[in-house]
Amino acid sequence: MSLKGAAYIVGAWEHPTRKAPDKSIAQLHAECAKGALADAGLTKDDVDGYFCAGDAPGALGPLSMIDYMNLKCRRVDSTDVGGSSYQVAVGHAMEAIASGRCNVALITLAGRPRSEGQATGTAPRPGNPAVPEMQFEFPYAPATANLYGMCAQRHMHEYGTTSEQLAWIKVAASHHAQHNPNAMLRDVVTVEDVVNSPMVSTPLHRLDCCVISDGGGALVLTKPEIAKSLNRPRVKVIGVGESPKHQMGGDVDLTYTAARWSGPPAWEMAGITPSDIKYASIYDSFTITVLMQLEDLGFCKKGEGGKFVADGNLIAGIGKLPFNTDGGGLCSNHPANRGGITKIIEAVRQLRGEAHPALQVANCDLAIAHGTGGALGTRHCGSTVILERE
Amino acid sequence: MAYVARKVGFVGTPETNPEIKPFFEGAKAGKLMLRRCTSCKKAHHYPRALCPFCFGECEWEQASGKATIYTFSVMERANPPYAIGYAELAEGPKILTNFVDCDFKSLKIGQAVKATFVATETEGVSMPMFAPA
Repeated sequence: MSLKGAAYIVGAWEHPTRKAPDKSIAQLHAECAKGALADAGLTKDDVDGYFCAGDAPGALGPLSMIDYMNLKCRRVDSTDVGGSSYQVAVGHAMEAIASGRCNVALITLAGRPRSEGQATGTAPRPGNPAVPEMQFEFPYAPATANLYGMCAQRHMHEYGTTSEQLAWIKVAASHHAQHNPNAMLRDVVTVEDVVNSPMVSTPLHRLDCCVISDGGGALVLTKPEIAKSLNRPRVKVIGVGESPKHQMGGDVDLTYTAARWSGPPAWEMAGITPSDIKYASIYDSFTITVLMQLEDLGFCKKGEGGKFVADGNLIAGIGKLPFNTDGGGLCSNHPANRGGITKIIEAVRQLRGEAHPALQVANCDLAIAHGTGGALGTRHCGSTVILERE
Repeated sequence: MAYVARKVGFVGTPETNPEIKPFFEGAKAGKLMLRRCTSCKKAHHYPRALCPFCFGECEWEQASGKATIYTFSVMERANPPYAIGYAELAEGPKILTNFVDCDFKSLKIGQAVKATFVATETEGVSMPMFAPA
C-alpha cells in the first residue's frame, strides 16, 4: 500500500526567537508545539502521537517532553538522525497515521546553542567512548566545518566546482533573508563578499556556513478526514524517503550525499519528477550541502551543481528553482544546530501562499523539503519530503 | 602555512573497545594495522571484529603505510591550523587522518603520502597521520 496522501501537514510554526537565554529548551519545545497546534486549529488534547529527536531534553527519548507537555500518546518516536530527523519524523508519522496508530502527530524541534555559546561548526565534540568510530576520528579533530570542507574540496577536484559558484548559494539565501524580519543575517551579500570572508576550513569561508541560532519549530500532521474538517489550506504529504550514508567500511565516496538514496523512493511515491517542483527547501548547513543535494535529488546532473546554482538560479523571481525563501540556515535560522524542520515549515508557507509576498512562488502546488543530518564527511542521513497543495 | 604540532585528543582508552586494542599496540610500535576478512579478503577501516562487507572473520595485518590524499580540509580557523582528510591506503581503504609535516598550502588531492605516528594526550597512545612521501 502506498503511503501517498495518507497524512496532511495542518500545523506549521517557527519560533521567532533567534536568541533565547531566558527560556529553557523544554519551554521552547512547548511554545513551538502550542504555535503549531494553534496554526492547525487543534488543541493539545487532540495530540496522540509525539515525534522528536536528540534535541528534545531528556535521557529517554520522548519521555521527558511528553511529561513536560502533559500529553497522552499512543505512538511515539525519537529517531535521532541530526538535522534530518524532522523529515524522517514526517515519514514515520505518516506511517503511524496510515496504520491507525495515531490520528494527530506532533513533531517538535528546539534548542539554544547560541545562548549556550556553542562553537557548533569549529569545535570537535568528544562523545561516548563506546561509539565505535570514536577512537579513530576524534584525535583528528573532526568539526562540522572541516567535514563539509573535505566534501567541497573533493567536489572541486572532480568537477571543477568553484568557490564563486558556492557563493551564489549564500547570495540567493541573502536575497530572501532581507524580507524576513526574524532572520539573523538580513544584509544582501555578493559573491565577492562570500569569497572574501575569512576562511573557516578550506575551501569554506565564513559566509559559506550557516548561522548558529536559538529557536525551534513544530509541525502537526493528521489523517485526511481530520485535515478536511480544519479551516486551513491543505498540504498533503505525497512522498517520503530516508536513507543513511556512511564510510562504507572504508570505501569512502564524498562526491555524493544520501539524497541519492532518499530521493528516488520519495519521487516514486509522489509520481512526479524534479522538473515538477515549484519551490525547494534544501538543507543548508553549508553552501556545499545545498549544491550536492541538488545534484543528488536530480535537479541537475552530478557535477553540474556549480553551474546550476550560479547567476541567481535559486533566487525567487529570478531563477528557475526558488529555494529557502525564508533565508534558510545560511541567513535566517538553524535552531538547535538542526535545520530540518524549518525547511518543512517554509515549504508549507509556500504551498499555502503564506510566504513573504516578495518571494511567494506563483501557483506553488508542489514543493520539496530535503534534510541532511550528521556530517557529509563521515556519516549522515538524507531525508526527503514531497508536499502538494490540495 | 606550515604544520605546527597541536595537542591531539583521545576519547576512552585502547581497551575501551577491546576489538581495537591491536591497532593501538601496532601504532605504539610504528605499525599501521589493518583488518582483512578471511572470507571475502577485503581490507576495511576503521577496524571491526566482523567484516563490514560480509560479516566474515577478520585478521590483523600490517599495512604498507603508503597512501595518496583522497581529500583534505585545512582548518584555518583553529589555532594552530590543522589539515584533516582521508588518505587512500595502497591496500584500499580510505582512512580519516591528519596531514602533517608539510606546508598546508601545498597539499594536493592525489599526492603521495606515508604514515607517521603522532602521540596523543593519552599516555602511550599514538595515532597514524600522514606526511608527504
